[in-house]
Formats: sequence, structure tokens, C-alpha cells
Amino acid sequence: MTWTADQPIVSIQDVHKSFGDLEVLKGVSLQVMKGEVICIIGPSGSGKSTLIRCVNGLNDIQSGSITVLGQEVHDPKLDKLELRKKVGMVFQQYNLFPHKTALENVMMAPVLVLKQNKREVEGRARALMAKVRLHGKEGSYPGELSGGQQQRVAIARSLAMNPDVMLFDEVTAALDPETVKEVLVTIRELAEEGMTCILVTHEMGFAREVADHIYFTDRGVIVEHGPPATFFEEASDPRTREFLSQIL
Amino acid sequence: MEDFFRELAADAPRWNFIWMYDDRQQGKVLSGLWMTIKLSALCLVFSVLIGLVGAWMQGARSAGVRAVVQGYIQFFRNTPPLVQLLFFYFALGQFTPVMTGDDGWTVEPVISNVGWAIISLSFFAGAFNVEIFRAGIEAVPESMVEASESLGFSRLQSYIYVVLPLAFRVCLPALNNNLINLVKTTTQAYAIAVPELLYHSVSIWNDYPSAQYPTMLMLFTAYIVLVAILVFGMTRWERAMKIPGYGV
Ligand SMILES: Nc1ncnc2c1ncn2[C@@H]1O[C@H](COP(=O)(O)OP(=O)(O)OP(=O)(O)O)[C@@H](O)[C@H]1O
Ligand SMILES: [Mg+2]
Repeated sequence: MTWTADQPIVSIQDVHKSFGDLEVLKGVSLQVMKGEVICIIGPSGSGKSTLIRCVNGLNDIQSGSITVLGQEVHDPKLDKLELRKKVGMVFQQYNLFPHKTALENVMMAPVLVLKQNKREVEGRARALMAKVRLHGKEGSYPGELSGGQQQRVAIARSLAMNPDVMLFDEVTAALDPETVKEVLVTIRELAEEGMTCILVTHEMGFAREVADHIYFTDRGVIVEHGPPATFFEEASDPRTREFLSQIL
Repeated sequence: MEDFFRELAADAPRWNFIWMYDDRQQGKVLSGLWMTIKLSALCLVFSVLIGLVGAWMQGARSAGVRAVVQGYIQFFRNTPPLVQLLFFYFALGQFTPVMTGDDGWTVEPVISNVGWAIISLSFFAGAFNVEIFRAGIEAVPESMVEASESLGFSRLQSYIYVVLPLAFRVCLPALNNNLINLVKTTTQAYAIAVPELLYHSVSIWNDYPSAQYPTMLMLFTAYIVLVAILVFGMTRWERAMKIPGYGV
């Protein structure tokens, strides 16, 4: 099956996922079109991280289907590398490689995985560092950077692979309020450039501003979803209402 | 200098530093020392390689592969290295093919006693190295592997470029200890007549009982110096690998 732009770039259909006896995802479906930004919100433990980790194959699923650009993610015959070229992921704890400089972190995957020319990659990596406003920090090790700076390197590192979709899992949750902003600015710019983004976030203001669509999850199901304007004003489910009242 | 030791030997019959003035004995000491250095260096390299490969295989999916590595470790760790040496040389040595010498009638085994010593000691120290590296690998957070996997690294790439460099830093002190032990254990190759330092020393004091104390003194000194050189090198290396802003 070839994917065309009028089909969802990421399609999640009735996904069930358990860890042992614990059923974490109980039939989740959602669609993301190319260039869309969707935010997933919900209480802790509701399965948000699990869901987006399933999208790039870090977690397997028990049933249902996830496709990225028309390709089934949980097809056992799937070449994981092909998937990971398409999907970038940014983690809450940055997960930069501490023994590599910021620039090396950004360059590693294109050089090792895509076997691209080192010179050319370096040029691109420097441009990405500038894009995330870290010009001058190329030679610093992650341990020498602030949390917000590390997270922006992590974003640049994912972008270096030229992904079609970016996954962000609470990427500002470990940052103090001041630095949250610099990371959000970077993500907003990406969104404005048309990058397809799936974000798990607790930043409601940000979600309202950048998201095309908001999904609220609780206990492994999507309780409610809608475009931000209607979602925040007209959420009807009592669980959503309660969650929003606590957070807003 | 030579005269001084010649006189000392005449005055104090137990203190015959014979290798300080007798060229033949000096040659023995030097060639023994050289053999010890070669033996140590080769075993060091091979045992580290065995450790790296073994630790990699311990992470294999196949339970069979893991069981083989486990069996290897248990055997070499729980039996005396001297018995291993004798077993390799006398038992396995019987079954190795022989080559006919240039003269057409002498036969020589393909693997000499030196060869067996290298093999046996490398496997002995390698068994400990596998455990040491595994402990280091376990100290590397799973999130590092996930980050590299999300970037499309293969399992081997993630092992070589991310896990090992971080694990190495954690396990250097333990590795240090094991390698020091290895250098000292090379003396056991004496048992299969490998002409290393102890072997020649014994032959010197068998010929010249008056040289026994000085030769023992020389042995202690030689090993202290050899180990000091090793430790010096490892410490420099450890310092060179230090990551700015990173714990280990
Ligand atoms: N590897 C795992 N093994 C077992 N249980 C797990 C595993 N990962 C997650 N879980 C469980 O799955 C449930 C959902 O976890 P998940 O991390 O997806 O929640 P979340 O919505 O991202 O929460 P948070 O907002 O705290 O990040 C939790 O109950 C968690 O304990
Ligand atoms: Mg989470």
C-alpha cells in the first residue's frame, strides 16, 4: 500500500497493550494528518507515554494496528530502521549521549545509520544547532548544558534524521518554568514549518495555542477529543472536566 | 658496577647478583622479561576482546548462546588457572595437528606451549572480564539504548557507540584489578615451560643457588615495575576518557 497525503500520516486503530496482567491501552484509536500537531493530555499513568512509544516501535502491542506513512509498525517483517528514519522521538529526560559533544550527538545517527557524508552532515548539524538557538554550544558535553539546552540538542538530534513525524513525550516536564519556554518556542517553530508532531504535554496553554487537535486519555482509553477551542470550552465528560479544573 | 657485584658475591655468598655481571645469566633474565611482557600484553588484549564479545553474547536473544557464555564463565572462574594451563597444554595439545619442520623430520605442534599459555590465560582472565563488562553494561541506563534505537541504531551500533563507551568508564577500576592479576598469573606458564621471567629465574638459581635471594628480589621488583606501568597507563587512559560534567 502506498501512502498519499490525503491519508493519515499516523493512524492508530483500536490498539490494545498490556504489561503482563496490566492492560494499559484498552482500544485506542486516533489519526494524524500530515502537518498536524496533536496533543495528548491526561492524568499520570493513563498510558500516554506507552501510546507514543508504540508509534515508533519501542513498545509492542497485543492487538490493533498502527501505521506510519501507510506502513504497519508492528508487522514482524518490518525493518525497524525504515520506521525510525520516519519517526523522531524526544524524551522527557533528554537522553543525550553524555560522552559525545552536542554536535556529535546531532551528527551520530545520520553518519552511522544513514551513512551520510560526515562533512555534509556536520554542516547540517551546525545549522540545526543554530536553529534551536544553540550556536556556540556545539563543543559542549551534555553535562555542561542546562536542561533546556540539552532538550533542544535532543530535538536537533532527532531532526537531523529528517523525520516525517516527531514524537514528544513530556519534553518540558523536567524543566523549570523559565527554560520550558525556550523549548516550547523551538517546538512551535517546528509546528509552524509544517512538521507533524504528536506531543504528550501538561502545558495546557501551549497545547491550546499550537495543537490542531487535543486528545484526553484516562485509564487507557481516549475519553474525549476535539480542536482546542471546543475541547477546552465544551469538554463534557466529567473526567475531562475534573482534570482540566485541576490543571487550569 | 660489574666489579662491585662480583666482589659482593665473593664477600657475601648468599648475595650473588650473578645476572649483573654474567652475560649469559643476564641474557636469560632479559629474554624472560621480554617473554613475560609479550605474554602479558597479548593476554591483556585477547582477554579484553573475549570480555567484550562475551558480554555482547550475554545480551543475545538466544537462550542457548547465553547458556554457553555462562558455562564458559563458570568453568574458567571456578577452576584454578594452573590446572587450566596444564589441561590446555597436555590434554588439548595432544589433539592439535603438528607441522613438519624444515629439515623434514622434526615435528612441532601448530600451537606451542607459549601459544597454549596465551590461549589459556586469555580465556581465564576473559571470563572475569565478561562479568566485569556485564556489570558496567547493566549500569548504563536503558534509556540510552532506547534513545539510540529511536535514532535507528542497530543493536550492535548501539552496543559499540553508546553502551560500551559508557560501560567502560564504569568498569575501569574492576578491569584494572583483573588485568593486574593477569600480569601476575602469567608466572604460572612456568608450569608448561614457557620461558618467561619466573622460568628463567628458577633455572638461574638452580644453577647458582647463591643467586637465589637476589633473583627473588629481582622477580618482586620486576613485577612491581610491570604492574606500575600498567596502572600508570590505565590511569592516564581513565583520565583521558573523563567526560566533562558526567559522573563517572
Ligand atoms: N515497562 C513497563 N512495565 C510494566 N508496566 C509499565 C511499563 N511502562 C509503563 N507501565 C505501566 O503502564 C501504565 C501507563 O504508563 P505510562 O508511562 O504510559 O503513563 P503516562 O500516561 O505516560 O503517565 P505520566 O504522565 O506519569 O508519564 C502505568 O500504570 C505504568 O505503571
Ligand atoms: Mg509518561
